[in-house]
Parts: sequence; C-alpha cells; structure tokens
Amino acid sequence: MNRLMVWLPLGIFAILVGFFFKGLSLDPNEQPSALIGQPVPVFELTDLMTGERLTREQLPRQPFLLNVWASWCITCQVEHPYLTQLSKQMPVVGLNYKDTETAAKNWLAKLGDPYALQIFDPTGRLGLDLGVAGAPETFLVDSNGVIHLRIQGEVNDRVYAKKIQPVLETIQ
Amino acid sequence: MIPEIGHFALVLAFAVSICLAVFPLYGYLTSQDGFCATAKPLALLQGFALAVSFGVLMYGFLTHDFSVKYVADNSNLDLPWHFRMSAVWGAHEGSLLLWALILAFWGVAVALFSRGIPDHMSALVLSVMGMISVGFLAFMLFTSNPFVRILPFAPGNGADLNPLLQDPGLIFHPPMLYMGYVGLSVAFAFAMASLISGQLDATWARWSRPWTTVAWAFLTLGIALGSWWAYYELGWGGWWFWDPVENASLIPWLVATALMHSLAVTEKRGLFRSWTLLLAIAAFSLSLLGTFLVRSGVLTSVHAFANDPERGVFILGFLVVVIGGSLTLYALRAGKVSEPGEFAWISRESFLLFNNLVLTVMAVSVLLGTLYPLLVDAVGGGKVSVGPPFFNAVFVPLTAILVSGMAFGPLAKWRKSDDPKLYRPLIVTLIVSVLVGLGWPSLLAGSYSIGTAIGVTLALWLAIATVVDFQKKVGLYGGLATTLARVEKGMIGMWFAHFGLAVMILGVVMVENHTEHRDLRMGVGDAQRLGNYDVRMTDLAVINGPNYVADQATFEIYEDDQLFKTVTPQKRRYNASGMVMTEASIDSGLTRDLYIAMGEPLGDGDWAVRLSVKPFVDWIWAGAFLMGLGGFISITDRRYRQKFEVKKGEASGEEVPA
Repeated sequence: MNRLMVWLPLGIFAILVGFFFKGLSLDPNEQPSALIGQPVPVFELTDLMTGERLTREQLPRQPFLLNVWASWCITCQVEHPYLTQLSKQMPVVGLNYKDTETAAKNWLAKLGDPYALQIFDPTGRLGLDLGVAGAPETFLVDSNGVIHLRIQGEVNDRVYAKKIQPVLETIQ
Repeated sequence: MIPEIGHFALVLAFAVSICLAVFPLYGYLTSQDGFCATAKPLALLQGFALAVSFGVLMYGFLTHDFSVKYVADNSNLDLPWHFRMSAVWGAHEGSLLLWALILAFWGVAVALFSRGIPDHMSALVLSVMGMISVGFLAFMLFTSNPFVRILPFAPGNGADLNPLLQDPGLIFHPPMLYMGYVGLSVAFAFAMASLISGQLDATWARWSRPWTTVAWAFLTLGIALGSWWAYYELGWGGWWFWDPVENASLIPWLVATALMHSLAVTEKRGLFRSWTLLLAIAAFSLSLLGTFLVRSGVLTSVHAFANDPERGVFILGFLVVVIGGSLTLYALRAGKVSEPGEFAWISRESFLLFNNLVLTVMAVSVLLGTLYPLLVDAVGGGKVSVGPPFFNAVFVPLTAILVSGMAFGPLAKWRKSDDPKLYRPLIVTLIVSVLVGLGWPSLLAGSYSIGTAIGVTLALWLAIATVVDFQKKVGLYGGLATTLARVEKGMIGMWFAHFGLAVMILGVVMVENHTEHRDLRMGVGDAQRLGNYDVRMTDLAVINGPNYVADQATFEIYEDDQLFKTVTPQKRRYNASGMVMTEASIDSGLTRDLYIAMGEPLGDGDWAVRLSVKPFVDWIWAGAFLMGLGGFISITDRRYRQKFEVKKGEASGEEVPA
C-alpha cells in the first residue's frame, strides 16, 4: 500500500474523535421542559408532618429547591445526605410523591428531616402537573415561584456545581 | 464482607492486567525470555481473579444483598432466581464486568491453545490483550464499580430489574454478543503483535484465522439472539430496527466477515497483507466504538442504560489510546509491507477482493447513517434522525450485489480462473432460480411483488450454487463420506454459512413483503379473519405473577373451523417499577408465525389488539444459526490442530538431551 495511504485511517479516526468529543457535551435526550420559566402549578394539598393545608402561596419567598422523593425510591436515600447538607444554604421543600404517610414519616424519622416544608402528594397529582417522570426529581424555583431548572435523578455536588449553581447565581 | 472479596478480586485483576501489559512486552523488547514467560501465568491469574469477582456479584444477587448498590438497583425480593442471575449483566456496571471477564476468558484460551505459536508471539498477543484489559478494569474501578455499597442504611428491597430485561433472551444474548465483540480482540492482538515484531508475512494470518472465525460465529449468534429477543419481547413484532446499538453490532460483524475472507487470501496466497491488518484493527476498534456509543449517551437508543458524560470522556480517551495507537503503529509499519504474487482479473482473489469491497462499503454506510445525527448536531445542524428508509435503500442493493458474486467465489481457482467450464454449473443455477423466483410471488395471495421475485431469485441463486459446489466436491472425492472426512473443515463451514445466508434472505424477503397485519379493537366474543385463520377473543382475566400483575386475554385460533390453538397474550405491570410490558403470544411454524399482542385498553372491556401473520420469519434466525454453526465447524479443521502437534513435537524434540 502507498506510504501516504496508510496514514489515512488514522486521519479519519482523528476527525471522528473530534466529533465524538463535541458530541459528549450535547445531550440527544435533553428536552427543554415545558415548565421552565413557568410558575409552580396551583395545588391544594396537606403538609405531611402537620397535616395542615398547603398551597402555592406558602412556598418560600426566596430561591429554593423542590425535591420530589418517596420512601420507595432508593436513589432518594442516596441523595438524602447531600440534600441535608444543602438545606443549610437554601430551603429545600419536599414533595412526597405517591407514598404512604407512615412509610414516609418512618423514613424521615430514620434519616432525618431537612425539609422546610413537606408537601404530601399520595396520589401524585402535583407530580403529574409538574411532569414528574419518577423520583427523585428536583426543581430550582426562584423567589416568585417560577421554575428555572429541572433535574432528573440524583442531586450531588457535581450536579450542584454544574447545573444548579450557574442558574442559582442568575436568579439571586 | 463477601462483596469486598469481589471488590478485592477486581483490584487484583487490575494489578495483574498491568503486569500482563508490561512484562511480556518488556521481555520481548529486551529479549529476556523470563519476562515473556510471565504472559501465560498472568493471563490465567487474571482470568481466575475476574471469575471470582463475577461469582461474588452473582452471589450478591442470589442472596439479595441489597447493601450492594448495583444489586439494590437491579434486583428485587420477588425477582425469580434465573433472572437474578442474568440481572448481573442487566445494567452498566455488571455488563462491563462481564465484558472484562470474557476478555480475560479469551486471554486464558489464547494461553492454553497457543502451544503451536512461538513464545514471543503469544507473549506479545497476551500483552496487547492485557493493555485492553487495563483500560476496561480502570474504567470499572474508577467510574463504574459494581461493588459500591449502601451502608449503613441498606434498603430492605431492591428497585427491580428493568422488566424489558426479565426474559430468557437476556440470559443468552449479551454473553454471546460479548463473546463475539471481545473475541475480535484476539485477531486485533495478533495483528498488533505482528506489527510490533515486524513479522508481517502470512503466518500471523494462519494463527489468527481460527480465532477470528470463532469470534465471528459468536457475534453472528449474539446478533441473531438479540434480534429474536426484540421480536418476541419488545412487543413490536419487528426483527431489526436499525437502532444505533443494533448497528453498533452489525458494523463489526460486516468488517469481521470481510476480515475472515481477507485472512483466507493472506494465509493461502500471502496477498492483501496490509489490508488484512487494517481490517483486524478495524473490526475490534468498531466493537469498542460500539461500546462507546452505548455507554456514553452520545446517541439515543433503547439500549442506552448509562448516560453519563464523565464515563463518556473516559471511554473516548481509551478509544484514542487503543485505536489511535494501533492505527499509528499500522501507518508506521504497514507502508513497508511488500505484496508478493499476482492474480488475474478473474480469480478467487479478485472475487474475494470484490467481497471485501462490498462488505466495507456496507459497513461504512451503516456507520455513516448511525453517526450522521451526531455529526449534524456537532456542527450545529440541530437534531436529526436517520431511519430505516436510508438503511434499507443502501443495504438491500448492496446485499444483492454481494450475493450475486457469492456464487462465483467458491467455484473460482486461485491466481487465474477464466476457464468458462468452471462456471458452467451456474447456468442451470441461474435458470432454476430465475424461473422459481419469478413464479414464487404468483403463488402468494395479493398482488404480484417484484421485490419478492428478485429476493427469492437471489436466495435460490446462492443456495443452489452452494449445493452445486458441494456436489462438485463430492464428485471429486468420490462419495459423501470421503468428502466430509477429507475436505477442509473450513469448506464445510463455508457451505453452511453461505447456505444459511440464503435461508435468511428468503425469510427477510417474505416477512418484509408479505406480512399480514391488523390493528383492531376487540372485546370478549369478537372474531377476526386473518389469512387462513379465524381469531376469536374468548376471555379477559387478571393474573398475578411473581412480581407483576397482568391483564391476560385468551384467543382461540380456528383453522377451517377446527380449533387450532388457544393462546394467552398479556399486558404486564411490574410492581416495583410500575413499567408496563407487552407479552406477545407467538405460534411459530415452518412457513409462518402467528403473532398476537395486546395494545392499550380502550374502555368497555375492549382492547386494542395487534394481529399478524408473518411468513417465514423464523427462517431469518435459522439462517443466522446455520451461519454461526458454519463458523464453529470451520475451526475444527485438523490443520489447526496438526500445527500444534507438529510444534509440540519439535518442542519436545528440543528437550531431548543431545
């Protein structure tokens, strides 16, 4: 084979690597959520811990995280210590999703309760309005109750640094 | 405690793989036999360590050890034991462990069955395989460790295995596929070893031929099993979807097929040397690329179970080292390869060259179609998808061209083969296949299909030509028994594989052009005419499975007013995940499958129901099975064993004191 031709496969591969590297930063599944830039949907539910009526108006008047969790969700357990730590910096509102009261309370008693409020949503109605696909999911909401970010899956320091913090800085 | 043993074994395997990558290569470069001799024991030790690690993970699944995060994420107390075993490779971390285990297994196989190969060569081969192992084990240990624990709060129950994977198909499909994917690493390692040593004559081709063939056979069976699984488990009733991950397995298969044929030329005639080396590198590189595409989330696919950019960067880096490194070495060395010998325009060499050309074009088109969405997105062109119309438009004509030539190749002779007498049997083959092919569609219900006529003609052309070649050999050797005993086993393997492809093409043509299909609303008591059958829904019930609840419909199928069969398709909802799965009922037959699946509930006790009659669909997998079988027959050739025996004889001869 020609002396120069033998370098061709390497050249083609190098170009492909360039594309792959670019491709890694693009997410083929990323769908802009319809709720970004929209207020948290209207709801009328109860607080898990107190049993009192809860509506949208009682949400914190500062940027906060709305964390969808359930006692049956294993990843929620994994991210719980990190959320507990995070709750010292900003309020974290829990949305207990498709759960039973006893199981949820036991879970919080065992692992600790870092939540500022605990919305009890046993039928998943608010979850449906939020377009929740499963637990855990976490929304970043600003002081006017407008959703700025949706995170599916575990929240950890990496997700916080990469996704939450940049958006948080723009809304504070 | 037990999971830590598995973890420790994994770390041990990693350490061993580093030694395996370094010592034999160092020994070769400095001509120290002692270092070269470490290759085989290290390969065995690595295999042992990974077997322990894998066994421990499986033990974790069997004993419901939910303190292991991977087990908690992919198992459940209600999951039946056989699915708990296959759940080991049901998600990212475990399937990587299986990958590493199989790589180590191939290393062990090379260590045990390479006695006929010079020690420095097998040392280099094992060293290259060790380097690949280092990359994979590092990837596992640093980004995807299956032994991570959830302590101190181990969950009481697991999240359950993805219901899509709760199927016997999962038990066999991934291991088979990985045997093929990873098996190509042996051919790759042989190519690299010959590039490193500069020994670029035909001998490396002879050594790597059986390994390539057996990897190809596994890959063939693995892809076929995956296709079969998709057919009956995904509930869509198709057999191939041009999904990126399916393509990721098809591309190495096409290249490996080209490699097998090109190796034959290199071994027998010493030609195509640098091309064969390139194919050996490409076949395994494309397997790795397939892994990258699946694991990194670069492409969307039903298989993409671990979309994590960090892992993606790691695999990409690994790819750059392995593929970039091997292609650089190739460029430095292969330019100096001379190509002795010539061949005429019409000869077996040129037919095999033609085969390689077409297969390469096929592989490149599938690769381009698969990567096109990524390329467009990367240059800011937005999200596009490339669908089956593109792939079919490219693949079908190329297959037709390939098959047309496949009848000539086996009849042709090496060097020069322009004597028309050789090809005379093809005249009858042509007449019979065209006549039957043209007549075939008119026997079927519905309007005449040109596509079917062409497809059946091609399938028959290949099948008859293969039989003709076989008969010629029987005539030559004077009897069937002598032929089977004396002909090269590779020849028998080729007959099986070529005939299998013909069988498969017939199946594809029939199912694509003549599937009878209905989507209807049915309730209890409703009946529907489908082909020669009357299908009647007689019952709807709710069934409790071990870890799911199912709506089950009962259908009675009548043929000529006689009850032919009762089937019970289900719609399952899995308790732990809430996922809904379709369990289709399939009545398989030689000339048709009857396919019944439940769609969505429509209210009033009615269901959307999907009924199909799929003619000859099982021939697709039967054909693939014959192809794989052909591969396994090929490697039983005495030639490969004799080599070992002769070499062993020489070796023991040397030990005799002079």
